[in-house]
Amino acid sequence: MDNERVKPSRRKFLKSAVTIAGAAIGYQWLKSGQYLLYGADPEDKNVPWYGIVIDIEKCIGCGSCAKSCKMENDVPKEPFFFRNWVEQYTVKNDGSVEITSPNGGIDGFKQTVPDEEIFKSFFVPKMCNHCYKSPCEQVCPVGATYLSPEGVVMVDDKYCIGCRYCVQACPYGCRFIHPERKVASKCTLCYHRLKKNLAPACMEVCPTGARMYGNLRDKNSEIVKFLKEHTTQVLRPNLNTGSKLYYNALGMEVK
Amino acid sequence: MKFYIPPQLTRLSIAFAIFITLFLLLRKLLIPDTFGQYGHYRGDSLTDNALPVVHYAGQQACLECHQDIEDQKQADVHSRIKCETCHGPGQKHSESAEATNILKPDSREFCGNCHEKNAARRSEAVVQIIINEHNTGKKCIECHNPHQPWTMKE
Repeated sequence: MDNERVKPSRRKFLKSAVTIAGAAIGYQWLKSGQYLLYGADPEDKNVPWYGIVIDIEKCIGCGSCAKSCKMENDVPKEPFFFRNWVEQYTVKNDGSVEITSPNGGIDGFKQTVPDEEIFKSFFVPKMCNHCYKSPCEQVCPVGATYLSPEGVVMVDDKYCIGCRYCVQACPYGCRFIHPERKVASKCTLCYHRLKKNLAPACMEVCPTGARMYGNLRDKNSEIVKFLKEHTTQVLRPNLNTGSKLYYNALGMEVK
Repeated sequence: MKFYIPPQLTRLSIAFAIFITLFLLLRKLLIPDTFGQYGHYRGDSLTDNALPVVHYAGQQACLECHQDIEDQKQADVHSRIKCETCHGPGQKHSESAEATNILKPDSREFCGNCHEKNAARRSEAVVQIIINEHNTGKKCIECHNPHQPWTMKE
């Protein structure tokens, strides 16, 4: 017995160690799939947990959302600073995809491809996804970007050092450095309006009701009802950012 | 037996104590009070972010004076469109009701933002025209009342 290479007691220890480690890794892996459950971990029921729905089928690409955002939040007028914007995707008959977004859609869209070449076309409004495992928050070296208790990703203007790390980290391109204040700037889901019980500016002005926001913790809210009744998709689900911006009828061409 | 501490260790521990004190002092000075209140960020930042002025007053503010136009609007296809979608931010106007601080867009291009023919617009969602062919040279509002688009002015 003594010449056995591994003692039975040690063998038992190794077995249980591997089981525990495996269970721990498995648990973490399962936990990371939480985005399917809309990230609504009902820790504090008194605080809402905001999610957003954009219905591609309803969007008519008027650009009101992008325009109102610039006016409400004093976003620089140059055509490369946006907190939200609209893109037109045009899938041609040969399978290639053309994406246009002239001035973020603020001045309206002109059809760039003639009708007979188009297989299909649709608008995709884009904005901050307010991820609950956001890459931008994780890379911030000073803790100036954070997820608020309401599930809104925001920037602390006084604490931000303008290092641009978050601008690179956001896989959705939703951040920019404010040219005058030299700090990172992004959609706050109009936090100042939410606090006054007003809808975010883009949701207020949308003429077709393509945009919706609401409390994901409240299982009777309009948004949860919409999510139950429709098959929605987030952008880049493979990155596991925990995005809380759900698109209805999102085409696979969308990047 | 007398407890013996080597002199170099005494000096080192004094230096170490000074270093620790300085570190704690600096830490206290540099980290804002509310940092860590809710998480790895400055808690006061939440109130800071709630400070900006509201520009879009919301539909309810418009209805306080303009219920008549809302009634007009409800009778036609533009019923779901909010006032501020076309007229722009109305907070200033709701505080001092002057015509100058509200937008009254009347260009063909503005209407075209929604109504110009585009393959991406679903025909059942919005009525579309080819803006370069439909009654060129006239403003849309010369025939259509924007609050009641199918009530022609002529």
